[in-house]
Amino acid sequence: MSERQKRPPTKLVPVPSVNKIPERDINKAPILECQHLGIDFGGLTAVNDFNMAIGRTEIAGLIGPNGAGKTTVFNLLTKVYQPTRGTILLDGVDTHNMTTAQVNKAGIARTFQNIRLFNNLSVEDNVKVGLHNQVKYGMFQGVLRLPGYWKEEKRAHESAMELLRIFDMEDLASHQAGSLPYGAQRRLEIVRALATNPSLLLLDEPAAGMNPSETADLMDNIVKIRDTFHIAVLLIEHDMSLVMGICEGICVLNFGEIIAKGTPDEIKNDPQVIEAYLGKKREV
Amino acid sequence: MNKLKRLSPATRSNYLTYLGVILAFAILQPMAAGGKLSPTLQGQLVPICAYVVMTLSLNLTVGVLGELSLGHAGFMSVGAFSGAVAASALQYSIPNGGLRLAVAMVIGAVFAGIVGVLISVPVLRLNGDYLAIVTLAFGQIIKSIVENLYVGVDGKGMLHASFLKPLTSLGEGGRMIVNGPMGIPNIAEISSFIAGFILILITLAVIFNLVNSRAGRAIMAIRDNRIAAESVGLNITKYKMMAFVTSAALAGAAGTLFALGQPAIVASKFDFNTSILILVYVVLGGQGKMWGSIIAATFLTVLPETPAMRGLADYRMLVYAVVLIVVMLVTNSPAIQSFFSRFQKEAERENGKGGEQA
Ligand SMILES: Nc1ncnc2c1ncn2[C@@H]1O[C@H](COP(=O)(O)OP(=O)(O)OP(=O)(O)O)[C@@H](O)[C@H]1O
Ligand SMILES: [Mg+2]
Repeated sequence: MSERQKRPPTKLVPVPSVNKIPERDINKAPILECQHLGIDFGGLTAVNDFNMAIGRTEIAGLIGPNGAGKTTVFNLLTKVYQPTRGTILLDGVDTHNMTTAQVNKAGIARTFQNIRLFNNLSVEDNVKVGLHNQVKYGMFQGVLRLPGYWKEEKRAHESAMELLRIFDMEDLASHQAGSLPYGAQRRLEIVRALATNPSLLLLDEPAAGMNPSETADLMDNIVKIRDTFHIAVLLIEHDMSLVMGICEGICVLNFGEIIAKGTPDEIKNDPQVIEAYLGKKREV
Repeated sequence: MNKLKRLSPATRSNYLTYLGVILAFAILQPMAAGGKLSPTLQGQLVPICAYVVMTLSLNLTVGVLGELSLGHAGFMSVGAFSGAVAASALQYSIPNGGLRLAVAMVIGAVFAGIVGVLISVPVLRLNGDYLAIVTLAFGQIIKSIVENLYVGVDGKGMLHASFLKPLTSLGEGGRMIVNGPMGIPNIAEISSFIAGFILILITLAVIFNLVNSRAGRAIMAIRDNRIAAESVGLNITKYKMMAFVTSAALAGAAGTLFALGQPAIVASKFDFNTSILILVYVVLGGQGKMWGSIIAATFLTVLPETPAMRGLADYRMLVYAVVLIVVMLVTNSPAIQSFFSRFQKEAERENGKGGEQA
């Protein structure tokens, strides 16, 4: 907690077009840039004209009322849905033709709002599946148990344990993922995502269902993850203490459109945001 | 024994499975050699091994990959006929029966594997239960194809094949091998219980080693949650195909083993009923549980042939259908699941590894 409060307030710097990213990242190309991103489901425009840039080591927040289209943005970024309009530049590369798996290899990892673990696998194996593309041996080496298998499996085991240590979860390594308590499942999803060696981590409501002390731990750990792995984090969250506590830049979505962007302080005082969350003030 | 306890439960169960198979063989083989088994059981040793391998291989598709295949006997058929043709054609070039059987099994596995690739390329790209529908059709198609297939070998040892019309020009010294609807009427029985035992061990090794490797984890991850598997960068089609084709190839080898232990085979032996039979073994033994498959396949192959049960032979498929429905209902009922999971939790707590109970 205390470490977080010592962090100097971030000054957001406007970049060309409409985006803002932290000062320390301003001289580097943003890790993610969305331009006029949009998707329609039949007649429903779920996301429209979504413009956002995220700095290399920024912790950014995406907030908005229920049904605003936040998860849909994640699904667009990870190509679960193909965008109807607009472009996504990941590290300057257009992800236009990529599949979900290719986007992950290119550097985006995510968690899910409704937890999606490999329930019948052990905690360690869940992380090892995340490490899949870093472990290098083929099916035949595996079936025939050639030396490459033993070497790489040992390495995978060590990396998996190291990653689990972030959340003090090494003791749970042999447990079945589906039998973990809710909070631990959410943490395991983050570890699994980190195992894919991303440059941008997307967290969809990571604190949902957690108690206040778990949430406080999570906040510290998100900052720790950013600081140790030097990656960018974009998180969706309804818990305002978390969002205002660790996000440097925040983007507010309502009915699929961005209604405000800025630092936590700017967002807190933005009349449009207050209106979206609390409803329109009745004129007397 | 202590060392065995320190292993993870999955590894321990794998070792015990190998051990069980080896023990069963060690007991049965001397009895068979000494003529102490009943003639029916003696004659069933090879088919039992073939059905065990069939069940194990289908369990790879159903239990590990999580896809339903309703035409697994089709792969057995491909392996049976291609392997038997190979064995027959190689009769003079490889006089050693054991070696010829091994070569024939490899050929049977390769052919079944190729057919597996052909099926899975279009189907496994799709999500949903398409594989069940396509494999169902595949089983029927293979049966019709083989029933209209004529293969012979001429005097110079060259293979000739014809579809729909019987072969007429095999010339001096030539002979028919596959004779359309009559199948292969005269097979040199070179399969043995030892060969079946070795094939079971190889099958177990392939499945266990695959499951406990990078590829196996990917396959099970896809089964558990396809969307999450994609999100961590797995190539879904590749790993589905890997599991399905391995499963098909193993079924092909089992088909060869089976065919070369019979005096004659016909295509209708490998029909829809056989596919369902093997599926029943998988479901009864437990999806993903290899030792369960071995036990279910063994007992359900032996049981109907015992004198007491033979009178019920006509009702066999009926009984299996009912059993299948009951097992499916039971294992999918939330009430019964929670009943059993409560047992499991209690057992875990007693072992002192209950961990955090949320
Ligand atoms: N596959 C889909 N087909 C049709 N409509 C969809 C689909 N996915 C999302 N939507 C719609 O898009 C809108 C935005 O949904 P989304 O899940 O992104 O909201 P959200 O901001 O994540 O909300 P919450 O805070 O409740 O998670 C909703 O109206 C939803 O019904
Ligand atoms: Mg959402």
